[in-house]
This record gives sequence, structure tokens and C-alpha cells, in this order.
Amino acid sequence: MINNQFSLTVNGQNYQLDRIPGETLADLLRKRLKLTGTKIACNEAECGACTVIIDGESVLSCAYPAERAEGKTITTIEGLAKQENGKMILHPLQEAFIKHGAVQCGFCIPGQIMTSYALLQHYQTPSSEEIRHALKDTLCRCAGYPTIEKSILAAARAMETGSAVEETGLLPSPSASQVIGKVQVRPDALEKVTGQAIFTDDLVFENMLFAAVRRAGVPHAILRSIDIKKAQQLPGVAAVLTAADIPGEHNHGLVIYDWPIMVGVNERVRYVGDALAIVAASTQEIARQALELIDVEFELQPVISDPIQSRQPGAAILHPDGNLLKHIKVRKGDPALGFAQSDLILEHTFHTPSTDHLFMEPECSLAVPLPDGRMEVYVGSQIPYQDRTQVARALGWPEERVRIVGQLMGGGFGGKEDITGQIHSALLANATGQPVKLLFDRHESLIVHPKRHATQIKVKLGAKKDGTLMAAQTELYGDTGAYASLGEKVLTRATTHSAGPYVIPHVHADCFAMYTNNPPAGAFRGFGVMQSAFAFESMMDILAEKLGMDRVELRRKNALRLGSETSTGQILRDSVGLVECIDRVEAKMLEISGLARGNLFKPRRVAGAGHLVRAWGFASAFKNTGLGGGADDCSGAEVELYEDGTLQVRSSAAELGQGLVTIMQMVVAQEFSLSPHLVRVLVMDTDLTPDGGPTTASRQTYVTGNASRLAAKTLRHAITAVYAEKFDEAPENILFSDAGLQVAGRTIPLGDVASEMHRLGKPPRSLYEYHAPATRPLGQGGDMHIAFSFATQAAEVEVNTLTGEVKVVQVISANDVGRAINPLGLQGQVEGGIVMGVGHALLENFITRDGYVVTDRMARYRIPSIVHTPAITSIVVEDPSRDGPYGAKGVGEIVLIPTPPAITNAIYNAVGIRFDHLPVDQEQILLTLLAQQSKRE
Amino acid sequence: MSLWKEYLHPHTVQDAITALTNAPHPACVIAGGTDLLLDLQQGNHPPVHTLVDLTGIPELRVLEIRDQDLVIGAGLTHNQVVDSALVQQHGQALVEACGLIGGPQVRNAATLGGNVAHALPAADGSIGLLALNARAEIASPAGRRQVPLLELFLAPGKSALNSKREILVNFSIPLRKAHQASAFCRIMRAQGIALPILNLALWLERTGDQVSAVQVAVGPAGPIPFRALNTEAFLIGKKFSAETIAGAQVTLLAEAAFRTSPARATQEYRRHLAGVLLKNSLTSAWERAE
Repeated sequence: MINNQFSLTVNGQNYQLDRIPGETLADLLRKRLKLTGTKIACNEAECGACTVIIDGESVLSCAYPAERAEGKTITTIEGLAKQENGKMILHPLQEAFIKHGAVQCGFCIPGQIMTSYALLQHYQTPSSEEIRHALKDTLCRCAGYPTIEKSILAAARAMETGSAVEETGLLPSPSASQVIGKVQVRPDALEKVTGQAIFTDDLVFENMLFAAVRRAGVPHAILRSIDIKKAQQLPGVAAVLTAADIPGEHNHGLVIYDWPIMVGVNERVRYVGDALAIVAASTQEIARQALELIDVEFELQPVISDPIQSRQPGAAILHPDGNLLKHIKVRKGDPALGFAQSDLILEHTFHTPSTDHLFMEPECSLAVPLPDGRMEVYVGSQIPYQDRTQVARALGWPEERVRIVGQLMGGGFGGKEDITGQIHSALLANATGQPVKLLFDRHESLIVHPKRHATQIKVKLGAKKDGTLMAAQTELYGDTGAYASLGEKVLTRATTHSAGPYVIPHVHADCFAMYTNNPPAGAFRGFGVMQSAFAFESMMDILAEKLGMDRVELRRKNALRLGSETSTGQILRDSVGLVECIDRVEAKMLEISGLARGNLFKPRRVAGAGHLVRAWGFASAFKNTGLGGGADDCSGAEVELYEDGTLQVRSSAAELGQGLVTIMQMVVAQEFSLSPHLVRVLVMDTDLTPDGGPTTASRQTYVTGNASRLAAKTLRHAITAVYAEKFDEAPENILFSDAGLQVAGRTIPLGDVASEMHRLGKPPRSLYEYHAPATRPLGQGGDMHIAFSFATQAAEVEVNTLTGEVKVVQVISANDVGRAINPLGLQGQVEGGIVMGVGHALLENFITRDGYVVTDRMARYRIPSIVHTPAITSIVVEDPSRDGPYGAKGVGEIVLIPTPPAITNAIYNAVGIRFDHLPVDQEQILLTLLAQQSKRE
Repeated sequence: MSLWKEYLHPHTVQDAITALTNAPHPACVIAGGTDLLLDLQQGNHPPVHTLVDLTGIPELRVLEIRDQDLVIGAGLTHNQVVDSALVQQHGQALVEACGLIGGPQVRNAATLGGNVAHALPAADGSIGLLALNARAEIASPAGRRQVPLLELFLAPGKSALNSKREILVNFSIPLRKAHQASAFCRIMRAQGIALPILNLALWLERTGDQVSAVQVAVGPAGPIPFRALNTEAFLIGKKFSAETIAGAQVTLLAEAAFRTSPARATQEYRRHLAGVLLKNSLTSAWERAE
């Protein structure tokens, strides 16, 4: 007879547990033992996030039957730190990950640390190569791989020598002041390395139900009938809802409400991920089982699978106003004239694929109905107030009845701006009166949420013999998929940036943003500019070659400078660091390579391995900071001094791993001349934090940075004014320090200051609503954007001429960020941007076939791992932005943009093969080389 | 809806066979489970009632020399194979193959037996074993038998092993003698599924400046792992030289049936890579066999 119980030891504690058929070790740890530090990111043994140590060896707990752990000894992330005399002593790996800045969104960090821990059991002093071998399948989408590697090396040294983990070697910015510009560790790093950090799926409420969504599964159809009776009767099912049960607005959307919350009978299914019905049940398994019992009938429609087809006459019509979401136009000068004045005119068409954010944390929403009739929704969202609006509209409620309680986010990259499960969980919670959790698995995540726009981009470029650019004409087709999402905005950015960061007197650009039956496309780091930069920077290299001109010189000659006019008619009045980026990358390239200037971009055979050919490639880019285009780019922040002597800064702006919370903390500390640890940060809560607007467009450091700065300044003035009067002291003589307020020779503890302010009826808090300088819509000329970030990169690739394989050896990256507020956070953005750029150049391709998703599992959609990570040299250019906080502007997107063309330009320089579509195909390289060879013979 | 209802932990091969026969059906063995659990979760494997866990059976983790053979337990994990001094001595190709599969977490769970039982035409471990002329020992209700490894492969994903009644116990490879050596290499693609575009393992014996014996295994070069017998015949007795390698490449391309797999590789690409891999493995095995 089988014993119904089994025992195992976890983190030194013995457990006797019931056997649960079908349970994985990850579920046992997370659900039964509440050890939620072990994360599930793919649930298909691909990503390493769920790594735990079993009897000394690293194992994926998502693919490990719980019952196999019988009698075994398990260590999870929660078991690494030791308690000594009530004090927590971190493992050197945990300490190193914090100090070196390896922690960003934090979702993969338990897996990274546990995999590294197992490595250090086998190799006390691992080499770089051994680290890469060990971490090869432990993925980090923030992609701080170089820093993860450094952290492991630092931990290993500390363990070997018994000394403390060394500090990061990262230097403060040359322009650093008391706080701004110094290296600052994230406020949430400690909880993220110990497994204590709580993400939405880690939350459990009493009486909580589990939701599942019946998806259409067909790309284009009319839903003729839906029968939910059998599903309703399944024991354990609490509710099954269809479109007919939505009390309020039936559609959602970020700009246009064109996306059905559920498709109703006789309504149109426009992509495979469309929702038809939603179920809440007592377990996840029952909810999923109920989906199978829902019968639907479709009338299938012809599928539109690309934007070119969508624009053809006679194509099926997907939306009431047709398939054209928007024809976006840029008009500057007269290209016909410019081409007539050109000595050389080139034309080429480029293609970029759709790609997925693949944030490590799949979408999760948890709606909780409150006794007072309100609804709370716990979710990791980039736009909490937008979620509130959309949830309230679906429920038919005033917005104040809904509270979005933002949770830590395991990465976003633009992919958590649209509604995914927020409305569905709220509808089910409203119908059942119980908390409802809706967690996507990776498969659902890949199918449902908006992707990067696939594009076709035709560039016609005219230049004088001396390299002066005369005219550019671009035509873009963008696949915005089934629904608008942010498609119009994304493709506007693609269009306005489609002639590169250069001065060109005559520019016309036309973009057709088309609906198709593919999954919707929306925001994704780079926001359309990644696509058009690939096209234009490829074109610049083609032009340089035809002109016989140095490609660096060609860019420098035409680069936007102070006083230049962009394609949209904006005169750049400040913070144009492009030439400095170009100069410094070129200088660094010369220094590192030791090559003569004339040989920089020539192919070089690797000594002793003649089949390996290396070459450098070069590219530049720019990217707007902020919403621009006439939008009121606004953020609110509130700063409050508490009686415990700490400050809190609050805004609904989102923290998705990029480090905004550190920026807010530093800004307030700077304004009060205090240490950052005295400043706490609260974000993403629509009841408790003012609206910070969407976390998109590289805008939060600028707008919420400014809002936090000005709220802090206002509060400081208010406090100073009170004490100036009280002590009859000039305000400038009243100073703040960690010890307290310095006034008239005394030091008043900050907690006492807070109490005094309350006593005086002047609560020590200040709310500031910051509005960025006004901008103008596209087509009206003038300032379309508040600022632009600029970047240049040089990538060195190595092509294996026997197999066609490509490796990116190193990348030199210069980014004009205005002002580096936190060099540690900046390091993460730079490394992550470049590695994501490598992914877009060499790996990533979200494939659909006739509207069906082919890359519907993590195993089929590959992202870069530590083995794809090049050596990175980061150059920080600080050309201050007039209105940015301390001169800062955005950096979240710019880094990724020049990487793909720098790589494809390098491949051309190595083997003479020009890639005009992404990702690079090693097979095409090889077969082309063979064809060239046979032609020569 | 749970992935299984009963989970059994037999401690001997005989108990496992009995469990497979007597436990509530459908019953199925689970070793590392890295493929099986995903297949069950994703609906790519018929539902099972009983899982018979093989990881607690000491006989399946045997690693020892018996007569002229090295016996490698089918339940050893890939990392146990990689870390074994005996396998490093006698089966370099297998060590190289097992070391390239997945990350350490997968290699700590996935077993060599599972790799073979899965019967994929490009499974690295299978290709490595095949070049080492491995024989497999199978336990069934009728008793034990030993078969040449190649006989286990029927079609992509289809093994001659009857997973409802039989268990892979071990693999035997001949001990390496002087002037014998092996090597494994493969080519991956950056995008898409983590299966090799092509892999190739080679064992050889050199006598003076000649190849006196050789075994070549290639995947995927057909529906099942492929032994390149014509290439082997061509190489035997030849001097190790550029012409010999070129001749072997031509012979391999004439006998192997490379195919096009959508989004992975065209036939043409595979044909070219086969030549590259053959040359690389031949060269490294030759140098090792000195």
C-alpha cells in the first residue's frame, strides 16, 4: 500500500506532506510551503527561473515531480541567507548581486543565484567560460548578463578569501553632486535577492478563485454561437461569463476602444487570442477543464496575414472604418528637388519581423471585491490609471470605485501597457463576489499580448558626392495586428525617425498602419524607431560604400547638431550629443582594436582560425523622450515627511525593473541633502499615489523625476519657511542633514520637524503636478518632442565562413543621456538594451502563419542568453537637457536601437552580405558565401 | 486533469517491470522527466494514470567495466556521464554530446536512457552512443536482452522499446584501446527550437598513417539516427589526408538523406554542414588517437 504522505527537507526544515497527484516541486514549494521566491516564468524547462538545489545539484523545479523529492534535501532562494543572532547574513552571491547592480526587475534573480550557487559548489574560482556554460539556460530579459557574471566572480573571490564582497568598480558620473550621479543600489534589491519580493502571482486571498479564458483559436471568423451550459455545470465552476454579461463598455483600448473584452455572438473574431468566454473556478485545473466544455460555432473568414495584403483593394474589412488605422505623413521640403540636386540616389526595401517582449513574469491579475462595493485589482501594469479607467468602464462604474494596486513587475518593455487580464478578473470577481486570480501561462502570454510591429520600409536616399544628404523618401507599412493598441503612436515614431538623426533638407515619409489578423502590435522598447533605424542605418552604410566615403565621416558630416532642424521641423536648441557619441565611439574603436583608421571596417581573419572573419560595424540613432506630438505630458508626485524621520515619495509611475524607484529616491534625497536610505518610494497605486501617466516613451526619469524633484523642493521650502519664521533665521541658513534640520545652531530631528508641521496645521507633504514643455502635433512644425536621446554603437562580429554562424564579439556604445542620475541603473539599461538588440539582430522572430502563432512557446521563441552576450564598453555622454531633471533625458529605449544595424553592417563588412531583413539567417550567409565562391571558380 | 494519479518508486528493475504491468493503466515510466512532463502538460503525450519513477533503481545508475565493455546505466544523468572519468576515458564523443545538452539544470535531471528512448533522429546522446557502437540492454517481463543501439530506432519519436512493458537498463560500449578515439560536434541555429541542425559523432582507430577502423553517426539524416556505413567503408584502410577527407565527404553526401526542416535548415545547408562536421570530427578523433 502506498503511504499517503512523504517527507522532504527544505531549507533545513523537515516537512511531512500529503501526496498530491500531478504536483510539481515548483507548485509544492510555491503553493504549499509559500516559498514564492522560486519563480515560474515558462513552465516548460526553458528559462531557469525555477531553479532549486536538490541534494547539491541544480534542478528545474517546474519539471520535477514533487513526489520524487521524497527524502531529499532541497535549498531554495529563501534558504541561502543565514540568521545569526537575529541578523540576516546574506550569502556572498546575494551581496554581490546587490552591490554590482545585477538585480533589475528581479524575477529571474532567484534562478540566477541558485544556478550560480550550484556552480560555486563545483568550481570555487570559476572562469568566465565556466560561468557562461553554467548560466547558459538561465534567462534574464533585463539582460544584465555582464553584471551577473561580474557578481559571480566577486562572490567567488569573497568566498575564497573570506573577505567582504568587493564594491562595483563603476565610477560616479564626472558631474556627480551629493546624490545625483553617484552609484546607488536599488531600494528593492534586498528583497529580490532573498526571494522575499512579492509579485502578483505570489499573492493569495481567502476564498480566491482561479480564472481561465476561452480564446478564439481562429484568426478571423464571425462567432455564430456559444454554449456555456456544460461548463457552468462542472463542479467547482463559480461563474462563466460571455460578452452578454459585461455590465459596461464592451471594448477596451489605450487610444481607440476597438478591442472587445469578449467577442459576442454575431461579432467578429480578429485574432487567435480574442476572448470568447471567461471562467472562474475553485482551482486552476477546473477552470481550464471548463474551457473545454464551451461549445462555439464560427463562420470562418479569409485571413489577412500582412499589412500589404491588408491595403489591397478587395481585402476583407476588419474594422468598421476599414483596415487603415492611419496614414502617417512627414513633409519637409520637396524631395523631387532634393533628388534632382543629388549626385547619387539609392533605393532599398527592408523588413523587420514582429517580436515578443518575453518579460520573464507572465501576466497576472488578481481582482478583489471589497465589502464597501469597491474593487481592487492587483497587477503589474505600466499604466495603473489607464487600467483603472478601462476596468471601471467595463464594469460601468465611476473610476473611483476601482483601485489598481500595482505590484512588482517582472519586466515590461512596453508589453504591459495594454489590458490583459485586469478586466476579465474584475468581471469575474464582480460576478462571484470572490477574489479572482487570472494568471497567463507562457503559451497564453505569447499568443495574447501585443507585439512589436512587423514592418516593411522602403528608403530612397539622395546625396551629393561629398556625402551631403539632400533628400530622403521613406514608405513604411506597419502591421498593427487585430487592434489599434498604441499602433498609431508607435508607427508615428517609426515614421518621424525614418530619416535618421541627420540633417536632410527634403524629407517625405508615408506610413500605412494596417490592421491584420495577427496578434495586435503595440508598445515595445524602441517604439517603432528600432525598425526604421535598422533600415536607415543600413542605407547610410550602403551610401558610404557607393560614395567611397568613410562611414563614420558620413554620419558625422550629416549629424543633427545644435540648431539643426529635424524632419518634422523641430529646431534642436539643446542637448544634441550625437557628434560627441560618434567621435567617442570612433576613438574607442581605434583604441581597442589598434587598427589604423583606414582599416577599421575591413574584414580580418582570426589568427589560427582562418575560417573566422571579424569586422566592425557602425550605427547611430536618436529617440524621443516623452509623449510629444501635442500631448499634455504630465506626471504627479507627492513627497511627505513622516514622524519617524523618513520621507516618502509617491507616484503611480511604474517600476518594471528599469530603476525609476531609485531615481525618485535619489532625486528627493538630493533636494533635501539627505542620504537616499531616508527616502522611501511608493508607486503604482491609484488610491495612494498621484497619476504619473504611462510608463512609456523613455519618459519617467524626465517627467516623474521632475515631479518628484519639484514636490521635494516645494516641501523643503515649506518646512524651511516655517523654521525661518520660528527662529527668525534666513531661509538659506536652514539646512537639512541626516541628523536633522540645522537651524540657529541646533539640530532638530526630522521626525520632530514632521510633528511640528502637523501641530501647526501644515502637514509636511507636497503634491506636484509636473507638465513637460508644450509640444506640437506632427505636421505643424515646431517642437514635436521635449528632448531626444542620441546614441552611436560599434559592433564587432565574427562570422564563421564554414557554417555561417555569427557571434557578436563586442559592442562599444555611447549614449547621450543628458545626465546620468544613477550610473548603476544606467549600466543595467545599457547592458540590457544591447543584449536585446543582439536578440533582435540574430535571434528573435515572432512567427505567425496565416494568423496562427507558430512561436507559441518559449522553446520556439528564443531570446539572448549569457552565451550571446558580447563584451560591452559603455561611454556615457552627458549633454544636459534644459528642462530634464538635473539635465537628464530618457535612456530606456535608445540603447537598443543602433544595435541591430551596427551588427548587420558589421556582417556586411566581414563577408559582404547585406541583410535587409531581420533576424540574420546563418544559413543565408553560408549559402551566399558558397554561391560567391562557385562564381569565382 | 492532474498530470498523473499514481506515482510509484520501484527500487529494482524487476519491481519496475511488475509495476508497469500491474499498476492501473495507462502506465508509463518516468526517468528525468524533462521531456515527458512537458509533453503531458502540452498535450503531446496521451494521458497517463501511473508514472513509474526509475530514478530510485541503483542498477540503472551502474557505471563500471565488465569484461571488454564499459557499462553505462541508462538512468545516469547527462552530467553524471560528463563527470565520469571512465566515460571520459572510453567515450569522448559521448561526453562531448552529453555536455552540450541543455543547461546544467536539465543535465542534472535528464537521463541518457531518456535521450535514447525519446528516439529523436538528432538526439545528441544517441548519436554519440551510436558512433561508439553501443549495445542496449533491455528488461522486459520475458527477461533481459541486448540489442545493437540502432535497432531501437523505428521512426522519429518512435522507439522499438515497448514503453508499457520494457525498460532500458544500460548501454555497453567497447573499451577504448590504444590508437582509438572519438569525437562529437554539432551545429545549432540561433533562432527557434534548441535541436541541432546537424550533429555528428565519429570513432576511429588509427594504424600508422591509416584509418584502420571507423564508425560514423549522423543526425538528422533520415527518420532515425544514421550510421554512415558507406563512409566508414570508404575510410577504412585509407591514409589520413585532405583527399581522404574530401572523398569521405562525397561518400557521406551520397548515402545520407538530409532533408529540409521548415525554420531550421534546408537540405542544402545540412549537406554542406555535414561535410564540415565530418572533417572536424575526423580531425579531432585522429589527433586524439595518436
